Amino acid sequence: MSTSALLLLIAAMAVLGYWLGKHRSLALVGGGRGIRQLHSLPGYYGLLTALWCALPCLAILLVWLAGQESVITTLVLRGLGTAATSEHASSGLLMNNIRNVAAGVIPADGVSPQVQAGAAEYLRLRSISAMAISGVILALGLAALFWVRARIAPQLRARNAVEAIAEKLLLACSTLAVFVTLGIVLSVAYESIRFFHSVPVHDFLFGIEWSPQTRMRDDQIGSSGSFGAVPLFLGTAMISGIAMLVAVPVGLFSAIYLSEYANRRFRSVAKPLLEILAGIPTVVYGFFAALTVGPILRGFGESVGLEVASESALAAGLVMGIMIIPFVSSLADDMITAVPQSLRDGAYALGATRSETIKQVVLRAALPGIVGGVLLAVSRAIGETMIVVMAAGLAANMTANPLDAVTTVTVQIVTLLTGDQEFDSPKTLAAFALGLVLFLVTLSLNVFALYIVRKYREQYE
Amino acid sequence: MSAESTAIPVPVLPVSAACKTVGSVAVADPLISARDVNVYYGEKRAIMDVNIDIARNQVLAMIGPSGCGKSTFLRCLNRMNDTIEGARVTGLISMEGSDIYDKRKDVVQLRARIGMVFQKPNPFPKTIYENVAYGPRIHGLAADRVELDEIVTTSLRRAGLWDEVKDRLNNPGTGLSGGQQQRLCIARTIAVNPEVILMDEPCSALDPIATARIEDLIDELRASYAIVIVTHSMQQAARVSQRTAYFHLGDLIEVGETDRIFTNPRHKLTEDYITGRFG
Amino acid sequence: MSSRTAADTRLLVEKSLRRRAWAERRFRAYGLGAVLLGVVFVFFLFASIISKGYTAFLQARVTLDIFYDPAAIDPEGTRQAETLAMANYSALVRAALREKFPEIEGNARRRALYALVSSSAAFELQHRVQADPSLLGQRQRLSFLAAANVDQLLKGKIDRRLPEANRVLTDQQIACADKLVNDGQLKLRFNSAFFTGGDSREPEQAGVWGAVVGSMYTLAVTLLLSFPIGVAAAIYLEEFAPRNRWTDLIEVNINNLAAVPSIVFGLLGLAMFLNFFGMPRSAPLVGGFVLTLLTLPTIIIASRAALKAVPPSIREAAFGMGASRLQMVGHHVLPLAMPGILTGTIIGMARALGETAPLLMIGMVAFIVNVPRSLADPATVLPVQIYLWADSSERAFLERTSAAIIVLLAFLIVMNAAAVILRNRFERRW
Repeated sequence: MSTSALLLLIAAMAVLGYWLGKHRSLALVGGGRGIRQLHSLPGYYGLLTALWCALPCLAILLVWLAGQESVITTLVLRGLGTAATSEHASSGLLMNNIRNVAAGVIPADGVSPQVQAGAAEYLRLRSISAMAISGVILALGLAALFWVRARIAPQLRARNAVEAIAEKLLLACSTLAVFVTLGIVLSVAYESIRFFHSVPVHDFLFGIEWSPQTRMRDDQIGSSGSFGAVPLFLGTAMISGIAMLVAVPVGLFSAIYLSEYANRRFRSVAKPLLEILAGIPTVVYGFFAALTVGPILRGFGESVGLEVASESALAAGLVMGIMIIPFVSSLADDMITAVPQSLRDGAYALGATRSETIKQVVLRAALPGIVGGVLLAVSRAIGETMIVVMAAGLAANMTANPLDAVTTVTVQIVTLLTGDQEFDSPKTLAAFALGLVLFLVTLSLNVFALYIVRKYREQYE
Repeated sequence: MSAESTAIPVPVLPVSAACKTVGSVAVADPLISARDVNVYYGEKRAIMDVNIDIARNQVLAMIGPSGCGKSTFLRCLNRMNDTIEGARVTGLISMEGSDIYDKRKDVVQLRARIGMVFQKPNPFPKTIYENVAYGPRIHGLAADRVELDEIVTTSLRRAGLWDEVKDRLNNPGTGLSGGQQQRLCIARTIAVNPEVILMDEPCSALDPIATARIEDLIDELRASYAIVIVTHSMQQAARVSQRTAYFHLGDLIEVGETDRIFTNPRHKLTEDYITGRFG
Repeated sequence: MSSRTAADTRLLVEKSLRRRAWAERRFRAYGLGAVLLGVVFVFFLFASIISKGYTAFLQARVTLDIFYDPAAIDPEGTRQAETLAMANYSALVRAALREKFPEIEGNARRRALYALVSSSAAFELQHRVQADPSLLGQRQRLSFLAAANVDQLLKGKIDRRLPEANRVLTDQQIACADKLVNDGQLKLRFNSAFFTGGDSREPEQAGVWGAVVGSMYTLAVTLLLSFPIGVAAAIYLEEFAPRNRWTDLIEVNINNLAAVPSIVFGLLGLAMFLNFFGMPRSAPLVGGFVLTLLTLPTIIIASRAALKAVPPSIREAAFGMGASRLQMVGHHVLPLAMPGILTGTIIGMARALGETAPLLMIGMVAFIVNVPRSLADPATVLPVQIYLWADSSERAFLERTSAAIIVLLAFLIVMNAAAVILRNRFERRW
């Protein structure tokens, strides 16, 4: 049975369970009249039965889904013996072939007999596994149904039991966030540690040459790949810096204008227009940067006699800045409106002009919050991917000239991980090391910034 | 306006016959005259046809039940209502013969002449020194650091705060106690050397001891400034003011010498309020 | 200070007024300038994309008289399916072109002529013949896709004044195209293929439908997972959770996850779903999982805000009636918070729809011609399709890319408008 069919089966058993439980409880007290003798409404007895039937089945199904592929892979490979793996470059490649043959993507007659045998074995194991899980789920579900049904009694606190289960489920959902963080740390860190086995941490963090292409042929010389990430860090910093130079003044000033100067009508038009910028997908910005802003800058550079690379840091940075404007502006707006009116009144009553009030009282009071917001914006700029992938290029230059091409951490992650990959080469693993650095840097920025912002908010609450 | 013109008494503006306020609305040589002033918040009329003069070197107390419009009227006098969206003021308010709502007049200049102290102390998140120096700085009142120091010192002295803060002028103003913060706000106001000080229930957030100090201060400041104070407490009005105005639901009901209002109110509503029948 | 009279002060203040009024105006101008700059960016962005992309909604089509020559397709007259499938249909198109332009001779010049019609013409003829073998021997007037370069020529994107060597079309090709236009056999028509086709290496055949379906599958998975989980998590945190370290940890985690770069989620998906659990590459299912993790924080934060906005008096009233906590939430708080929750969810979905980087990590960048049929089929999504086309060097793909962006933005505008309407109509202010 397929997964969706199994899910349907479980759902059907749950419905049956609900019906059984509800009627059993009513029958125990002699129909609708005796309902007062029940501890809970009959529906709760039904729900309890259904939950007890469905939850264990779902748990089993999840474990099976997560584990079956690796178990089957191991079994198939063991069945073929080690001879097969030596012939193919790696067991992963072999297994890929086997799966493709089994799925009918590759015609079976064009491959080696080993792969054919493997595919047959793979299909056989899969069908056994599917039969087994269907049987297990059916048996478990029915057993649970009748076990709970037999235990239903008027004194059974069905509602409390159902609510206790529901609360556990809610708790589980909210815990997911922690596991996601954990998952990120573990998976990225695991691959990174493998990377650091072949490239020392020190060389990675402080090396100044980045050319991850490992040699194609054995007789090629001097291209064993070097993984010094400093050029990437510098490139990231430069593009983020340019972006912040655009986003912070424009975002801050527009927040000030919209919250302190603009009348309601102007605000109601301009604010949504600015927020449109926040809703545009980054791939669109990337396209805009690569095909509109890049050529414009190049043309402008030519007309004043400057050499502008076709994928300049400036183009990517400018467009990234535009993207971040609404982010800075809405955060700054929050912070500015959090400043109590009484402070403004105090300044106005002394005869301060609007700009004097804003510059010397409002902004000063809002400063911690705004700094926190800017840090969050920096973290976004560092982690932004599509704009730089499309507009910043791949050349790992160490340069301070924004008109040159630079590359960033995120660009390299994408380049290293798209296309064909083997999981053992340092080239692929390097992407995870870069990801780890990216995650740690943005995480600490976020924790710090969110802390500042929260402290600031509490101050005026 | 030159210094000489203030020597000539400002003529009293006529009060329209429709004015129903009991008592002496006008005074001789008034500093500020309000005639038929209305304030609207959107469609709602918050105060109606208020006529009153504000005299020099005198404390005018404005009393009345909550929501009667006394604070609204106070905020008209230095145009603080400008900062509220949808607020509209009609009628005439003139200071020494010129309309303060004149479009050609700068509100900044007006507020430098008419200072204000708020209900809740609202020191800026700066040092004590910077709080007091802020007004002189923005208005360019001090030629150099020495003069600025002098202004800060004198203002803090006059606000009766100097002895308490002279050793910690560089501490944040928000770190002071409530009463001290309010006196800091008063020092901040008088550092600009205004002619009128508006006080919007300046003691309502303070304990009785701090309140007593502020009341003493008001009495001292009267020698140099005209003071208008909105208060909820009739005792306070009686203690600090020379004239009292009673507001009721947006109408100015009665104005007169404080002693007279509290001993011999003429209007029924004033009498009810003063004798505590509602409030 | 006491030495200074009120009149002195007034003079000083007056002296400062001019300077301060200027400063005020300058400051205000900066603010207005910043807002206008942002607004100009918005218009410039839209104008640049629409002006580049709107032409892709039209497509040049050539009308040709096709003779289904039995000698070319089925010389033996067997009408066997295999023969029909293997036959050389492009010969029919070529014959039709030769018929139209008998004056063109020589192999090279003829090849140039044949290049005016898209290679899809042969496939179309094949489908027609396979569906109805009786067509053989007949004549039919049919319209085919023109080649991308002819399409560009008709849209005025090829400069005729350039020297021939610098042009993608030769003088002869242009002359032929002009003749076809004059005879009414070459026209720009509405480009329905763009909305119904999958990706293709030939720009004139490439469409967005495959990517749209891929996006729909991916978003469906995302919605089905992130909505219930997100709302449940928000309910727990807002209504059930005791204040303790564990709850704080969860909260900090959620807030941080909302700010983690999306590409990191892609790395997680690659390492965990693909390498560890062995799920299929390029599949909407896995894309949906990754986007679920990405949108969960957004939905949780929005839902919590909506739940928090329901006044405590409602909760007290429910408890007062003897409702349990779960009943209180289920019967009262959740229904009242639902508009806010849905608004947040739609906004989260809109963000997921535009997300590209994490999907690149799990292999949704493959070149996929077929429209996906199930959650496990290889697929691509709209933003990734845009990325792929933007990378392609052919000029004709430029307008396709812009057109795909217009389609994507249209979806986003509809979703955001729905969110705004929902908020305005149903959100209650307490």
